[in-house]
Amino acid sequence: MKNKYIPVIGLEVHVELKTKSKMFCGCDASYFGEEPNSHTCPVCLGLPGALPVPNKKAIEWCLKIGMALNCKIPLVSKFDRKNYFYPDLAKGYQISQYDQPFAENGWIELTLKDEKKKKVRIRRVHMEEDTGKLLHETINGEKVSLIDFNRSGVPLVEIVTEPDFESAEEVKAYLKKLQQIIRYLEVSDADMEKGQMRLEPNISLREFRIQNSEFRIDENLPSYKVEVKNINSFNFVEDAIEFEIKRQSKILDEGKLPTQETRGWNEDRKESVSQRSKEDAMDYRYFPEPDIPPIKWKQEQVDNLKSQMPELPDVKIERYVKDYGVTYYNAEIIAREKKLAEFFEKTIEVCEELKNKKENSLDYKTITNWIINKKIDPEKILPAEFVTEILKATKVEGIDEAELESILKKIIDGNEKVVNDYKSGKENAIMFLVGQAMRELKGKVKADEVKEKLQDLLK
Amino acid sequence: MKIDIKKLAKLANIPLKKDEEEKLEKQLEETLKYIESLNKIDTSKTSETNEVTDLKNVFREDIVERSFTQEEALKNAKHTYNGFFVVKAVLSEEMTS
Amino acid sequence: MELHDLTITQTKKALLDREISAVELTKLYIERIKSLDEKFNSFVTTTFDKALELAREADNKITQGMNLPLLGMPLAIKDNFCTQEIRTTASSFVLEDFIPTYNSTVAQKLFDAGIVLLGKTNMDAWAHGSSTETSDFGSTKNPWDLTRLPGGSSGGSAAAVASDEVLAAIGSETAGSVRGPASWCGIVGLKPTYGRVSRFGVVAMGSSLDSPGPMTKTVEDAALLLEVLAGKDPKDATTSDHPVKKYSQGLKDKKMMTIGISDEYFENAEKEIGEKVNEAIKLLEKLGHKIKKIKLFNPKYAIDVYTILMRSEVSSNLARYDGIRYGFGRDRFGEEAKRRIMLGTYTLSSGYYDAYYKKAQKVRTLIIEDFKNAFKEVDVIIGPTLPSVAPKIGSTANNPMFGEMADILVEPSSIAGLCGINMPVGFDSQSLPVGMQIIGNQFAEETILNLAYQYEKETQFWREKPKIK
Repeated sequence: MKNKYIPVIGLEVHVELKTKSKMFCGCDASYFGEEPNSHTCPVCLGLPGALPVPNKKAIEWCLKIGMALNCKIPLVSKFDRKNYFYPDLAKGYQISQYDQPFAENGWIELTLKDEKKKKVRIRRVHMEEDTGKLLHETINGEKVSLIDFNRSGVPLVEIVTEPDFESAEEVKAYLKKLQQIIRYLEVSDADMEKGQMRLEPNISLREFRIQNSEFRIDENLPSYKVEVKNINSFNFVEDAIEFEIKRQSKILDEGKLPTQETRGWNEDRKESVSQRSKEDAMDYRYFPEPDIPPIKWKQEQVDNLKSQMPELPDVKIERYVKDYGVTYYNAEIIAREKKLAEFFEKTIEVCEELKNKKENSLDYKTITNWIINKKIDPEKILPAEFVTEILKATKVEGIDEAELESILKKIIDGNEKVVNDYKSGKENAIMFLVGQAMRELKGKVKADEVKEKLQDLLK
Repeated sequence: MKIDIKKLAKLANIPLKKDEEEKLEKQLEETLKYIESLNKIDTSKTSETNEVTDLKNVFREDIVERSFTQEEALKNAKHTYNGFFVVKAVLSEEMTS
Repeated sequence: MELHDLTITQTKKALLDREISAVELTKLYIERIKSLDEKFNSFVTTTFDKALELAREADNKITQGMNLPLLGMPLAIKDNFCTQEIRTTASSFVLEDFIPTYNSTVAQKLFDAGIVLLGKTNMDAWAHGSSTETSDFGSTKNPWDLTRLPGGSSGGSAAAVASDEVLAAIGSETAGSVRGPASWCGIVGLKPTYGRVSRFGVVAMGSSLDSPGPMTKTVEDAALLLEVLAGKDPKDATTSDHPVKKYSQGLKDKKMMTIGISDEYFENAEKEIGEKVNEAIKLLEKLGHKIKKIKLFNPKYAIDVYTILMRSEVSSNLARYDGIRYGFGRDRFGEEAKRRIMLGTYTLSSGYYDAYYKKAQKVRTLIIEDFKNAFKEVDVIIGPTLPSVAPKIGSTANNPMFGEMADILVEPSSIAGLCGINMPVGFDSQSLPVGMQIIGNQFAEETILNLAYQYEKETQFWREKPKIK
């Protein structure tokens, strides 16, 4: 491939919320591993006369996602019907949002290689419902599709970016960050394998040329767009984008224009396959959902929700670097998962308290190192216990590191002969020094540790 | 007003016979012509009404309620298999929302 | 007077006074349906076994000294209300064998109030029509003249009440489907404010318009039923939490009102109808009410607005009928349903949405504002319910907009979500019932019932019965 195209990539991500009940009915929203069609009711089965009543928590969570992505929250919003026929769509329409989403016009800042930053614009964040699930089987020689409606009506949030990505690497960085934010908000586990996070990149290529020895990119967006579906892992999205870039470059090299279409990613064959071209593009016949009154927020409701937002990773990282002198690299590792970050912060709190009481404590660096090294699993211990363990391991009861060192040095200085024996290879000679030290320390330090320390000093 | 009746029938998922197509096409065009008179009304300064009784923000709390049993869910279906609804095979790689 | 001539209030008294048992009463009605319904075809499904079971329960409750608002009252429900374990077809072959596993909120409330359900009444298939001729189970006949239409879509309910096959019935109106057949069958039909009565479990037609309502012999019966039916439903986000009044108790004190009359409504009706309604207005004036001429938005635009909104919503609401989870496939839709689905699909489709649906929703705003202004000056508006008396069976053929045209005078108020009631105002020269409608502001059911009751007290047209041959 000749490198004369720049990819233009936008992304649609669906995130399944982990509310207890479904989006528009009281059915249990968990469907993973459940008996088929055991979590349904008239509403999510699309039975005659059933009506949707929206789940307040799901809407609040959708707004929180929007807020975390720096979106504006319009004060007026509504649901719309998106009409199309498919056997897994019980009502023949999906309740979604068309022209008045819950959140719009946001951005997210990505950290790329070498801590390079890039801002990606978020076009909109809206609320909708999931469809049922299809399984394809052959029964008595007949090819059939089986439908399970347990997933029907589970709340979905769709996050749409502007076409701001130029590489698979950027897309991956975005997805990781988005997943991290979603998990921080505790609104979804965003597990791709379980379908809780689904991606649909749209990819096209823009030509660039050298003009007056200057690098120029065609300012207009390409006139076509290829949407790729069925991607269920971070790695597949990379493969799919790379594949599309190659495929489209080839077509453009031949002087042709790639077809505007929807393609499906086939993981086994590592290629995308055409599914639907523009000619049979769907006409979704959106119109305002008459069964659900509009949503109108008061500014104070929005502000109140904003005040409930947890501190997000970017802010944490910055704070760790600034307040605790943690390196960016380490801060990023600690903030990667909310649980660990919270453990870190709790540990610091415990240590501050000890310091205030003038008791032995730990410095930020020691805390950071022990958390990063994972010698003790933070998942299996409380912060206070964690501190005690580290204190036990690094320091000695009643004696601090410096004092111990000075005692040992005195013993080394006073036993020149033994030291020389040890250094010339008589390893057992060290035990004499240990014995001397133990007498001096009156059992405040374990023999093993004294031995280790002596060995260090004698190196 | 000309209607592409075949395309419309596909979109509406309504199977039509040839004679039905012809009859419907004529009737739909007639109806569209009739309702054209709406264009005489100036609505340039009017916003649309989607909810007549001025309700807003009607939600439910996130509480799980009783669902149908699998048996109840499948009760009215013509074709079922192992707790699933059954349809003739459809394309596996189709849209997700 | 025979038992089947009694109103709800009278029948209830007879039951509680032990003049008759609920089972005896139910048997009487069952016999009547058995002997009469071949003529009218009011029912799609009768539920006699269930009725007797409910009647026995009612008798037990009466013996135990319990009282419920509609205890032991033999009623029928239109076949678009889902009833648990009772077939619900909406008069369409698509749902020929559909047996819901749940109750519509209306059915649930009625059962909770103690009714004895006699059956599910015939209607235009999917409530698409104003004649019951689009029913896949055959048209219902008008009890006043078997060669004529009962109106629709709640034609079965209207005919059943008019012929005393039931004590009262439940209908549903999108625009005219309660008031219309009530008018042609000479009974009381109340269309409540949109959102006053829950739509949950009612086969949806035009979701932004559908309003279930009672169809009864008298105004008091309508008030009693509305008390049971009205109220906020957690399963229907469009129901209002406006307080439910004791409508039946609000009837007795004679409120004096200003009645609005709009020429446009009379111009669009046949002369003889207009004359009958004017007689009624004169009577009300004599009773002390003030009559005031007002000018309303020309109802003929309501036809356009209604056609677009309703058919668009229909095209989406009927998308769920794919034969996978219940019922039969889409090839079973009748001609009228196909026509409405196709037009609605067109008016919502890409490139046409703004010109049709959005435009109609804008004109809807104008119609609402028009009524709002009117209700600043008047308490109620009176006009003919339908432009004509019941036409002959078969006269709707080849009119692809029969329903929308026939309902011209009820469409504006439906579009605005207002409440309205049809009152029989006598008979035309062919001895066919004529109806007038009293339209009230949103949630002004108490007002229109009050005026209707005053009129009824003076005229007693409900005592006139069709001579059934």
